[in-house]
Amino acid sequence: MNLNKSNHWLFALKMLLLVAIGIGIGVSVGSSGLESLQNAWHDDVAWKIIWEIRLPRTLGAFAVGALLGLAGALAQGLFRNPLADPYLLGSASGATLGVALALAFYGGNQFAPDAYIRVGLTGAAFAGALLAVVLTLLLARGVQHTMRLLLAGVIVGVVMGAMASLIALMRPDVLQNMQGFLLGSTAFIGWSACLVMVYVLLPCLCLAWFFGFAMDALSLGESTALSLGVPLRAMRIVIVLLVALATGAAVAQTGLIAFVGLAAPHLVRSIVLVKNGNLALLSALMGGLLLLLADILARSLIAPQELPVGVLTAVLGGGYLLWLMYRNQDQGGLR
Amino acid sequence: MHKTLKTYAFQLGGVLCLSFAFCFLSTSYAVEITKPAQRIVSLLPSLTETVCALGACNRLVGVDRYSNWPESIAQVPRLGGGIDPNIESIVALKPDLVLMAGSARGVERLKSLGLAVITMEPKNYADVQIALGVVAKALGVPAKDSDRVWRDINAQVEEVSKSVPQYAKAQRVYFEVSPVPFGAGESSFIGETLQRLGAKNILTTSMGIFPQVSPEFVVRAQPDIIMVGDSNVSDMQARPGWTNLRAMRTGRVCTFTPKESDVLVRPGPRMVEAARLMSQCLVEKSVAQAKQNP
Repeated sequence: MNLNKSNHWLFALKMLLLVAIGIGIGVSVGSSGLESLQNAWHDDVAWKIIWEIRLPRTLGAFAVGALLGLAGALAQGLFRNPLADPYLLGSASGATLGVALALAFYGGNQFAPDAYIRVGLTGAAFAGALLAVVLTLLLARGVQHTMRLLLAGVIVGVVMGAMASLIALMRPDVLQNMQGFLLGSTAFIGWSACLVMVYVLLPCLCLAWFFGFAMDALSLGESTALSLGVPLRAMRIVIVLLVALATGAAVAQTGLIAFVGLAAPHLVRSIVLVKNGNLALLSALMGGLLLLLADILARSLIAPQELPVGVLTAVLGGGYLLWLMYRNQDQGGLR
Repeated sequence: MHKTLKTYAFQLGGVLCLSFAFCFLSTSYAVEITKPAQRIVSLLPSLTETVCALGACNRLVGVDRYSNWPESIAQVPRLGGGIDPNIESIVALKPDLVLMAGSARGVERLKSLGLAVITMEPKNYADVQIALGVVAKALGVPAKDSDRVWRDINAQVEEVSKSVPQYAKAQRVYFEVSPVPFGAGESSFIGETLQRLGAKNILTTSMGIFPQVSPEFVVRAQPDIIMVGDSNVSDMQARPGWTNLRAMRTGRVCTFTPKESDVLVRPGPRMVEAARLMSQCLVEKSVAQAKQNP
């Protein structure tokens, strides 16, 4: 591979610039318009809107996108499959089930204990996602066999999704809330949610970058990687956990957001040629940028009302992937 | 080079974490309601109607997109629905009270932004009475006034039920709330009204408040009368075996316009009107039955 170093540094810089501009726009626009920005210095409520609603929401959208982009790049590197998705290990369905269970036990109960409100659906979604991944790993008897892992992930996903649907059917009062979760939205991210995601994102990024070399070796085939002395087993476990952690943290705060994790690595690869470690970092940046822009679109397209950003990413991301597949058809499909 | 990059990453991370921790700590939590609310946001139609029944319609500064009664709120800003309340718009209106369903999204978020939030989701008559009391207290409306509103609702429903003639009683009714299908059980406010009108609900208390029913269950139960919103009717005819339902065959299906359906499915001050609609249906369809089987 001919890697042009300055190329991807320049690319990263450009994206950072775009992210900065995106954050600026994200803070300025919203359903109450630019006037909040103008009045922020002498109006308490306008200040609150900027500082406690728009800023955490904008940064949160970036963090969620970055987590999903990172998880997508890791999943694609691990499974050596360009269609791999961060939700592949069943984490999305697991999170949905966690939310359904939490809602069925307490949902609609106006006297729900305070602790529940604090821990809330976030914790339930996170626990569900982790449980699903652990179950997938148990079913696949470890991480050695990529195909087994993939199949187990699909099966766990289907079964847990069905269980969540069952709960929603038996408790109709939960249905509306479940629907809300399936329509991922960045509208409810506060500083505390932001904090949780940054705590997860930073170590994940460091580890992903560190393990990049192993994925480079893996891309040459398992036997080659082993002959190069790569500790495949340890590496697989770490990467699977990273994918679960990143996806769980993102899904828990916002609900399901489609396609960012799938599209971000493809976008990066279609623009620059990089090794896996840098791909993970750049994908995180790209995912964050994508969701940041989608979030701005979601709140301005039909202002003063909002679109759930998950719906928007599904439409835009899906459209983009179709176009990519169509364009690359004569070159042998997706890169 | 690796080392320097990593050090930078950790330093940056540290600064970020500290700044976020600061913001996290400075966030305020739930607020007590100390004086009568003057700027109210209601995100549930039945609570909007409850506020208006207590004579505080003019204090509503924002409602959800489904609130459509009374007409005087037509110009009040819409702030999304239960799944997608617009947090920013709500805060921008500077409400001193937000009323919403406990199952709605964003309850915690609004509380953490320092707004006074009351969550309620009435499901039966007792809940409606409690909701009236709670809202009245938050509005600074004297308890005797909210009690009077409640007594009026009760007395008028009673009056309607007395007006139902004997031949229209003891009809076995299936009330469909939404086309999954979910029906109204005996313990729901709709079921309670039906019971007071002398009708028999085919969905018993043990099945739940708004149980999901299998189409087969309804076919076996053979209700005398079916009540349903007119958007669901075509769907009903397509269900297997339903064309043979006695009520469907003999036209003993009451269909309600969207406006009437709104009245029927909202647990609030318009339960009286709902009772009238249901009693009309019972009488009309019972007369038809009497004509067919003299």
